[in-house]
Amino acid sequence: MDEFLQSLVRGLGTGSIYSLLALGFVIIYKSTQVISFAQPAFMLAGAVLVSYLSPAVSFFGAVLVAAALIAVLALGVERTVLRPMVGKPVFVVAIITIGVDVVVRVVTNAFIGLDVRQVGDPWGLTTMSFLGVEVQQRYLVMIGTTAVVTVALFAFFRYSRIGLAMRAVAHDQEVALAQGISVGSVFALSWALAGGLAALAGVFVATGAGVDQQLWIVALKALPAIILGGLESLGGAVAGGLAVGVVESLFGTYQGDFAPWLGPNFGLVAPYALMLLVLLVRPYGLFGKREVERL
Amino acid sequence: MSILQVSDVRLAFDGVVAVDGVSFEVGEGELFAVIGPNGAGKTSIFNVLSGVYRPQRGSVRFAGQDLVGMRPHRVAAAGMARTFQNIELFSHLTVVDNLMLGRHNHMRYGALSAFLWLGRARREELENRAAVERVIDFLELEQWRRLPVGLLPYGVQKRVELGRALAMEPRLLLLDEPVAGMNVEETEDMARFILDVREELSIPMIMVEHDMGLVMDLADRVMVMDFGRPIRTGTPAEVQQDPDVIRAYLGEQHRSVAP
Repeated sequence: MDEFLQSLVRGLGTGSIYSLLALGFVIIYKSTQVISFAQPAFMLAGAVLVSYLSPAVSFFGAVLVAAALIAVLALGVERTVLRPMVGKPVFVVAIITIGVDVVVRVVTNAFIGLDVRQVGDPWGLTTMSFLGVEVQQRYLVMIGTTAVVTVALFAFFRYSRIGLAMRAVAHDQEVALAQGISVGSVFALSWALAGGLAALAGVFVATGAGVDQQLWIVALKALPAIILGGLESLGGAVAGGLAVGVVESLFGTYQGDFAPWLGPNFGLVAPYALMLLVLLVRPYGLFGKREVERL
Repeated sequence: MSILQVSDVRLAFDGVVAVDGVSFEVGEGELFAVIGPNGAGKTSIFNVLSGVYRPQRGSVRFAGQDLVGMRPHRVAAAGMARTFQNIELFSHLTVVDNLMLGRHNHMRYGALSAFLWLGRARREELENRAAVERVIDFLELEQWRRLPVGLLPYGVQKRVELGRALAMEPRLLLLDEPVAGMNVEETEDMARFILDVREELSIPMIMVEHDMGLVMDLADRVMVMDFGRPIRTGTPAEVQQDPDVIRAYLGEQHRSVAP
């Protein structure tokens, strides 16, 4: 039982990282219909920035500043690189985001070098007792922070004029324009939000282990998460991220005992297997919109 | 004093001339109708006015500003609201949310204050929610407020669209076929609301409509278009007797476009 609870908390912790990243993907997708592959780079850059800033302004100050700076960076990228591509096929724009990802990552790598950089978080690998079992503090922090961020985002989209404008743009740009909504500002803001979320995710990945050049690979786990949840759904992104984290963690713990014939480290593959399963049953994801197309 | 002056506008898509030589003015408080057979260029004029299309020639002056080349969201922010020929509501949003979108430019707070939700963001949202409530009251939409508009009957959706435009507190309202596809009862309701808008809110309107009875009853002046060109502008009575207008609508033999 203890083992189960520990894996569950670990799964929800890493799952919250995937959720934050997946939220970024979905926010950009909803407003621009483009999947941005630049998220991994923003995540890495966020973590690296914190590793440089935290000695100066404390860990928490560094996280806030880094999230803000990465948000500004993402906004700048949207404004300069992607805005001129508005109206081009989304496939082309998606490829451009891969280019952005490579550039940002190469520049960031120069600041990492070959070492592992520490982000200076106060948790490290220390554990605490939670519901009677020993779990790593950092997982609880991740779960708590993600919960707060998610609630804030949902309230923003639900109640604020800008959130409402973003939902309107996702539905129909021309009609949104006729209400006086600047579609360009919505694009920029969605990139900024996604950038800030990615930076936060990056910091979480780096707690405990630190930042190295390979950290960005974690961001790819957001892809099965958004496919699971459905590209259009913010709630789906959160649920998908948590599901991927938990499945990965439970497989890591139990698969060796119960299904050793699947081979070692099957936990890493499990989220993708789950994604394929879901796609067979619900091709538009668990919370996605069913597309009806007439031919 | 006119709120809108359109002079000698020409709009062509490659070889196809959609609108040519269109000039007209709309006065404060006036209800100006644009009629003409399908494809005469009526909706194209609306798209020029609202900044969706940029005309190759001519000028559009609205409340002292030159609109040609202005982006659509700026035109809307300058006080021009429109409804669409086929309902263009945000169908998954509630009536209240659709109307709140019309208030977008009456609020000024930015993204950061939205997250902090301190005094200003909250105060502006409340004030504008109250303004939306007044529009709901005006158009008798109370019972549908909380429903997604996609679920509402057609006639009510048309009314919600009018409400969203009114929520903008526009200086000019463009109505693109406000009673298209409506039954007699729904048409009468809409006519009453249009009259209310003119009398109680005194917002000038331009209306494109095929329902001749409605146009002749409501409009102060009518411009008749055919093949992208205006063929006559005048009061409903003048226009109905004009031989060119009768020809455009009915061919050579007939004598009157009687409602």
